[in-house]
Amino acid sequence: MTAPHPPLTPQAVWAALDTVPDPEIPVVSVTDMGMVRDVQIGEGGAVTVTFTPTFSGCPALHVIRDSIGQAVRDLGASAVEVRSTLTPPWTTDWIKDDARERLRQYGIAPPAPAEDGLIQLQADATRCPRCGSFDVRMTGSFGPTLCKRLYVCDACKEPFEGFKSV
Amino acid sequence: MTAPAPTLTEIQQAALIRKLTALADDEIILAQRGGEWTGHAPILEEDIALANIAQDELGHAGLYLELRRALDGTDPDALAFTRSAEDYTSARFVELPKGDWAFTMLRQYLYDAYEALWLDAARQSVYAPLAEVANKAFREERFHLQHTALWVERLALGTPESTRRTQDALNALWPYVGQLFQPVEGEAELTAAGVLPDLSAVKARWDGLVVPHLSVQCGLSLPPAGAEQPGRDTHTEHLAPLLDEMQRVYRAHPDAELW
Repeated sequence: MTAPHPPLTPQAVWAALDTVPDPEIPVVSVTDMGMVRDVQIGEGGAVTVTFTPTFSGCPALHVIRDSIGQAVRDLGASAVEVRSTLTPPWTTDWIKDDARERLRQYGIAPPAPAEDGLIQLQADATRCPRCGSFDVRMTGSFGPTLCKRLYVCDACKEPFEGFKSV
Repeated sequence: MTAPAPTLTEIQQAALIRKLTALADDEIILAQRGGEWTGHAPILEEDIALANIAQDELGHAGLYLELRRALDGTDPDALAFTRSAEDYTSARFVELPKGDWAFTMLRQYLYDAYEALWLDAARQSVYAPLAEVANKAFREERFHLQHTALWVERLALGTPESTRRTQDALNALWPYVGQLFQPVEGEAELTAAGVLPDLSAVKARWDGLVVPHLSVQCGLSLPPAGAEQPGRDTHTEHLAPLLDEMQRVYRAHPDAELW
């Protein structure tokens, strides 16, 4: 005997998606990361969620897609379609401010503002997420996931991960 | 959000399918070569870096093959894992065995520079789905170029042995690299229509980037350019064994589901 669900609103869907964690960085959600681009509710309560992939080769994409669908179904949606779009391309500039702070507390240096266009041969300035020093060295331009790189802080001697700016 | 694709004639569509497949094939084969270093790279960080780069390239192959699927409905996995060597359209440049670390880094560098510049130009494509893919992949590609350019420099200017190995790698790779800039059949028409970048313009930018970097900054001697390049239906003897390994699991379990 479950009570019938009230009619779905886009706000309710957004709120549900706020709780879907990024499978590789569980302290932030898919909405924190700016991956969810649009929520539409059509005739009869069918929900369409449009999301944009972070990295094209990201192995977590199908997990994210499934988690989004499940979260919306849990709200009682009659039908859910999860669409992906590449336009505009995802950028780390869409990561929300409070999520950046959570990334930092988690030990991941948040991304610097992304620059478009020119092919840069110099990396962006990065600050140690633990002690705040800029006296850091990149020890690996790639990290354990496609979105991160490896650093060591020469001030506090701690290794840490930093977000790429894309 | 997504602009409609312009209408292509049947001939243009066939040429675009050829091009998308060739782009994807290069990415798939190079990703497989990169993946061969997993567990074998000189240091852990580089093991991780090369696996990341390979994963990105595979992601780009997926993007190109999704564009193809939109045109003719073919399944990307079936294309990648069931075609044999004679149906692949990869360039011989990416098929060559992985070689030593200098060979791997130099090949990846030459390829990354080509890919980044091609994608940069493809962002202007009037074929909106391709422009979208190019915008996406371009952002990832510059990290590869940054990484491999530094490695080539470090190896070229390192010890006498690393210099020798890097020069040997350049001598071995240079005759093959021109094939990346060979248009596929019907490509000229698509370039004229603004669908595809002008490969000769991409080549000119590529020369302007890699030639001074290799010769002036890295102190390497550029060998003479290769002779006329064969088409993408001509492969090295290295492709078939690579596909045999890469496709074994899919061929054994074609109905396996995503875990």
